[in-house]
Parts: sequence; C-alpha cells; structure tokens
Amino acid sequence: MAPLVKVENLHVTARDDCGRNLAIVKDVSFTVEPGEVVALIGESGSGKTTIALSLMGYTRAGSRIVGGNITFDGREVLAMSQRELASLRGRDIAYVPQSAAASFNPARPLLKQVIESSQIHRVMPLAAAEAKAVALFRELVLPNPEKVGERYPHQVSGGQLQRLLAAMALVTEPKLVIFDEPTTALDVTTQIEVLRVFKKAIKERGTTAVYVSHDLAVVAQMADRIIVLREGSIREVDATGLILSSPKNDYTKSLLAAAEPQVRAAAPATTQQTAPPVLEVRSVIAGYGTADRDGIPAVPVLRDFSLAIKPGSTLGVIGESGCGKSTLARVIAGLLPAARGEVKLHGMPLPRSAAERTREQLRRIQIVFQMADTALNPARPIGRILGRPLEFYHGFFGDKRRRRVAELLDMVRLPATMAERYPSEISGGQKQRVNLARALAAEPSLILCDEVTSALDTVVGAAILDLLAELQRELGVAYLFISHDLSTVKAVCDEVMILYAGQMMEHGSRGALHQRPLHPYSDLLISSVPELRQGWLDGISDKCLKEAAVGAARSGRGEACSFFERCPVRIPGRCDVEPTPLRHLSKGADIRCQRTEEELVELTAQ
Amino acid sequence: MSADQTIIAVESPAQRRRRPRLPFAGIIGGSIVAFWVVMTIIGPYVAPHDVGALVDDDVFGHMRWAVPLGSDFLGRDVMSRILVGARYTVGVAAAATVLAVLIGGTLGMLAAVSRGAVDMALSRFFDALISIPSKMAALVIIAALGSSIPVLVGTAAMIYTPGAFRIWRALAINVNTLDFVEVARARGEGTGYLIRQEILPNIAGPVLTDFGLRFVFAVLILSSLSFLGLGVQPPDADWGSLARENITGLADGALAVVMPAAAIASLTIGVNLLIDNLPGRWSSSGEH
Repeated sequence: MAPLVKVENLHVTARDDCGRNLAIVKDVSFTVEPGEVVALIGESGSGKTTIALSLMGYTRAGSRIVGGNITFDGREVLAMSQRELASLRGRDIAYVPQSAAASFNPARPLLKQVIESSQIHRVMPLAAAEAKAVALFRELVLPNPEKVGERYPHQVSGGQLQRLLAAMALVTEPKLVIFDEPTTALDVTTQIEVLRVFKKAIKERGTTAVYVSHDLAVVAQMADRIIVLREGSIREVDATGLILSSPKNDYTKSLLAAAEPQVRAAAPATTQQTAPPVLEVRSVIAGYGTADRDGIPAVPVLRDFSLAIKPGSTLGVIGESGCGKSTLARVIAGLLPAARGEVKLHGMPLPRSAAERTREQLRRIQIVFQMADTALNPARPIGRILGRPLEFYHGFFGDKRRRRVAELLDMVRLPATMAERYPSEISGGQKQRVNLARALAAEPSLILCDEVTSALDTVVGAAILDLLAELQRELGVAYLFISHDLSTVKAVCDEVMILYAGQMMEHGSRGALHQRPLHPYSDLLISSVPELRQGWLDGISDKCLKEAAVGAARSGRGEACSFFERCPVRIPGRCDVEPTPLRHLSKGADIRCQRTEEELVELTAQ
Repeated sequence: MSADQTIIAVESPAQRRRRPRLPFAGIIGGSIVAFWVVMTIIGPYVAPHDVGALVDDDVFGHMRWAVPLGSDFLGRDVMSRILVGARYTVGVAAAATVLAVLIGGTLGMLAAVSRGAVDMALSRFFDALISIPSKMAALVIIAALGSSIPVLVGTAAMIYTPGAFRIWRALAINVNTLDFVEVARARGEGTGYLIRQEILPNIAGPVLTDFGLRFVFAVLILSSLSFLGLGVQPPDADWGSLARENITGLADGALAVVMPAAAIASLTIGVNLLIDNLPGRWSSSGEH
C-alpha cells in the first residue's frame, strides 16, 4: 500500500528581523502509512510545527518552502493552487492546534463552529452535520452532548474545549489529522482524560495522524512511530517502543534523560533542623475583589493557609492552574496584601503590604517569575537590570557595581559581556538566568520561584534546576518552589506541599509522596503524570478518569473540603459540610481529610 | 580581567545591533518639520521684507521676484508674513502640546501606577474636562480673559490635557501589569522610579506618536481660533490669521489665502510622516 503522506527532502527557510534567510527545516524526509500515528518530537525551534503545517501546503508568515516534495494521497501538495489547497485543508487534512481557547471565535456558539468546515466544503447537509457533531461529542465523552453545542467557548472548560476542537477536525472524516501539542496547555489531571478520548477516537476510526509534541511521555502513549527532530533535521526515526528502550542517537538519549530528572535537592545540614524557619505563613486568607464586612475578599483564593520553610531548604508547592500557588507568592512578597493571617520572616512578623515593609525586609525575600520574557524590562540593558538592586539595597555604584554585576553573571554561568545586551537579544534560558541573578543581587535568604522552568524546554529547564541546586549549596538560600509539574518539584524539593483550590491537601517530605496512603487528590495528581512507557495510558483505572472528568475546582467559602466533588472516597453529608481536620499520618506527612489513615489504606488498596 | 572584558562588552553589541534607519517617507517628514522648526527660530531674519511693509502696489499680487509668494490684501509680502508667522503657529502649538503632555502624561502614569482612589479621582476629573466641547470652551475662556499668547497656550493645553491623560494612562496600565514592574514593586521601589525607569521607556514609541498627533491638533485649533479672530492679534499674525485676513481674495484664487493654508498642511503632514515612520523603539507600534 502506498503511504498516505510522503515527504522528500523538505527545506523551509524563514526570514529573520534583519532580512536574512535562515534554514529552519533541513532535508527532512519521512512517510506516514494509512492508519498510522506518527509523532514529531523536538524542543522549541526544532521545526516540528513548521513541518506539520507544510503537510497542508502552509507556511507561517515570513517562512517559505524552498525545496522538496510533499505527496499527499497521490497528489503533489506543493504544486497545488490556492484553490486546490483550500479544498484540501479542513476536509482531507484537519489541524488541531495547541491553544483551544484562542482557536474558537468567542462570539459564536460551539456547534456552528464545529460543523463549519463540513459546510464550507459541502460534505453533508446541515442537519446531517449537526447529528454527526453530536455523535462525535458523545464519542469524545463531552458532558451533555446534545446541548453542549449551544454553549459559547467561555462556558466550557479548557479540556472540553480541546475535545471540541478534535470534534471540529473529525467532522469531515479527514484522511489525515494533525495534532499540534493538543494537551500542552492543560493540567495533568485534565490532560489524561483528553489523551484517553483522543486515543480511543483515533483507534476506533483508524485515523491517520501526525502528532506534534515536546513531551516524550505523552507521545509514547499516542504514537506508533516517533521522529526525533532537532534544529530542523531528523535525528532518529523508529518505532515508539524501540526509541524508548534502545535509542541510538545521543540527542534522543538526552531527551529521555531529561524527561526523568534526577534528584538534586541536598538534604539540609542537621544543624539547621533546630533553627527557626526562615519564613512562616500562618492562617492566611487572601484573594481578589472587594472585601466584605469581615475583610474577606469576594473571590478568596487562599483559605486558611499555613506553611514554614527552614533556612537553606526548598519547599515545593504543587497544584493545578487556579489553585492559588502564584497568589501565595504574591502574598509573601507583599504584592497582594493578605486579608487575614500573618507572614513571619525569621520569626518577626512582616507588614502585609510591600509598601510598608522596610528595605531590609524586602531585601531578604526575592521573587523570580515564570515568564522570563515579561520579567525583564525590555528597554534596559542586562547590566542596568542587575545593577539596580545592587544600588538600591547595597548602595553599590560605579566600578564596584560593575564588578558585582560581572560576578553575578558568572554565578549564573553567563559571560560578563552579557551586561551590555538587551533582553530581546538573549534566549529564554539566558533570560531566566538573568532573572535569577537579579534575585541573587539582593543577597536574599529566601527566593520565591514561581514556575521558573515551565516556559522552558526540558533540557534548558534541567540546567536551570541544576543551577538552583548549586546556588543553594553555595549560598544557603532557601527556595519556595512553585510548580504544576510533579517531576520538577520532586527533583529539587526537600519538602512538598500539594495545593488544591487554595487549601493545603498534603504536606510531607519528598519521600512521603511515594508512600501510601496518600490524600485522594495527591493520589489523582501523581497517577495522572504520564509515564515514559508504552501502554501506561491504557492501564489507568476508570475510577481515576471519572474523577478527572468532573472538571475545574471551585474554591468555596466554607471550611469544608474543596476536593469533595472529585473525590472517590468522599462522605456526602460530612465532607461537604463539616470543617476538614488536619491529620498526621504515620509516614510523617500531614493531610487535610475526613478519612482516617486506616480508612485511606483500606479504600485505596482496592 | 575587567579591563579587556569591558572593551569586548562595549564593542560586540554595537555590531550586533545595527543602527535602525529612517525610511524614505520619514526623511521627507523629518525635513519638513526641521525646516519649520528652523524658520520658527530664524524666520524674521531671513524674511525678505518687513512684515508690515507695503511692498506691492497691487493687492493680491501674483508671484514675482520681489514678492515670491505674491502679496496680500494690503500689498504686503506673503512669504515674509508666513515666515514670521511660523513663530506663532509652531511656537504656541508646541508650547501648548508640551504643557498638555507633561501634565496629562505625568498624571496618567501616576494614575496607572497608584491605581485605587488616586486613579479614580484623576480619571473622573479628566472625564469631566473631556466632556466640555473644546472650541466652545476655548471661545468662552478667550472671551473672558482676552486674547494673549499665554492665554492661547493655556487654553490649548487645557483642551488637550485630558486626551493625553487617557492615552498615557491606558498605555501605562498595560505595562504596569507586566512582571518586571511587579519585581520592581516587590523590591520596594517608589512611584517615581516605577514611572521613570520601568514604564516610561516602554511606552515611549506610542506616546511620541500621540505627542505628534496632539501637536497637529493644537496647530489646527489655534489656526481655527485665529481664523475666527480670537487667536493671535494684529499686528502679529499666525498662519490662521493670515488665511482669515486674506479671505476676500478667495474668490480670485489669490495666493495670499492659499499659501498660509498650504503652510499649515505641510507642517501637519510633515509631523505625521515623521512620527509614523520612526524606527526602533520609538516606533508607534512599540516594538523593539
């Protein structure tokens, strides 16, 4: 049988800001057999999306296909006219982009958008298309399939939107579906459910698919064959099982290694165990919106939240989007004054707002943000960005300041010449190092790391984690490490705290995360992280999926458990009414749950 | 160690960042603006005739060597009067715009950074000002205080301050939510530093465009006022009053009424060409 897609010696160039042509895809050849799922995997800039888009004869603005052949279903794609391409796209080849939220028109109901391509291409009459869409909604396990199409994009969750996008792609029964990082923007517990229905849909209809991703563990679940890309050329092509078990290329090996990060955290010296915590947060309530009569904000994000960080150690805070982890960093930094509770630094209470804190108090807590791009003032050279905290906190000027900036750059393994550059001229990983250097300039005792590696490629992020661990050993600085990524947190943290809808669910040492019993939410979170082996997705129990499907958390006002609706071991009438007690487990961790340790052991053993 | 590194540090980025070039349209705009700015300063010295001198026997005379742009309704040299009038048109409009942008812009950034009650009070105050029809307000003020250069500058400034406030505030609010401003705030920086160092450099491009646009509006409103006889008073004359005093020549197609209008048009078009084509971080799109 002839392959459905045949790409031969594809070359794509892109024009950069200075008008030079750079090769972004170099001499790429591969085939996709009918019914096969082929994954394109690589880091940002590896050309994976460019290749996927070129299969539809499309290139992004500024880039151009300069050589090669693409044959789709016996037809020459690159020789087609615009009109022929238009009839191809959306009908024979469908595309599922990464950001579902940005891909829907917010002003039109979902059903109209889902069947749009079938109407443009006149594949079927309107009524048939609508019936087909509803059938697809049911197949993709969308809640209330008959009615969901009447809703607007903002009325459904991110995971549901991503499935609607898949329905949109499948409605014309295309011969090829291109998935471009379809689950990257989703939380892990949402991702698992989306992956599961995608896989089922692909399998049942024997769809041919090209799956673009940077995540090896996800790809391992979806693809039959993997193409490893780097800097626009193919490094390795092989069946999924072979890539995972016996990679031949060095780059593939480094990808596999980075997917399972080593533990870097150095156990703090025993002498420090008795030292008072560097930071203590006690019974904090914080949120957004206008405050009511008791001073509680209209949208409380953190509810009765407490934590403590020992000097020179790392506390990891994990949670999904909207759980209040970034709010926590803002409360500690004084950017969002807490409504209730207190924040103590070295045992001394801190004023709630940064404006009321002394310069010395401010100096001791520094914050590093996720988006390195927006965290550096684009109009200032690096040297000045790093120099400002030096003169502000330490009164360094002139030569002394310049020398210190060079030292700081050296500390984060950047050349001293970097000081003259502007943020737009350096890479994402370098920006994050500059961010870190700016925090270090203050010589703080605590650095708040808010998703510092989330926007970076795995290998680049791993290097940042190494740097963090190294700096901690050298300088004895403590970290509050906020992340949504369990493997990252496990790699750098001594203690881990799991947050759900503004409440602490579990708090214990890193090792305790591997020991049962766990809080039901911890259990769900840990079992949702894709594992780097084939068949992991098929092996997950349905119970776990059912919990995940319930959807986003609401942070309520009461003392009751916020995980109630998704919890598999909930006790109706008690969990959703009574205040949830804090329990100490024999493994050394604390959880917030109505269930006792014995009950949890019994219930999760089944 | 630091000596040779400093040398490298100074040299290498200069090679990397090529000097952004002004596009052709921008060069034309820049030349026109530069010409009028120069004339504002040296106009009276290069004018061939005295502004009041009757040099032509004919009224609304045609172009010839003695009167290169013709003569006006009294037989005076139009070119001399335009060159000297540049001082009033460009000078008063520039002074009014600088004043408006200085006050409106500073308060706009202050409102954006302070948020809360300060923002609320300032915004409502300028909303009230903006709701007054600008030409009517100008007529009332001038009728009450009489027409003089300071009153004209103050009136035009008052008219354009609320708009400047709105634009600057809107731009500053976008930058204010970015992480680097949060970092500076967490560091404990004061409002003044936030405005000067973190916000201003990042809104410079769009704000400059706004400045140019506001200058053009100021030229137009001052010319309108003069045309109505409420602007610069005789014997001084700006371009608006030149157009007005020669209005009787309109039926004959006299140059004396066309030329001041052409001067106003060339200035406004020149300013627009220049600001629309500014390169690099001064560009109106705000890209770096």
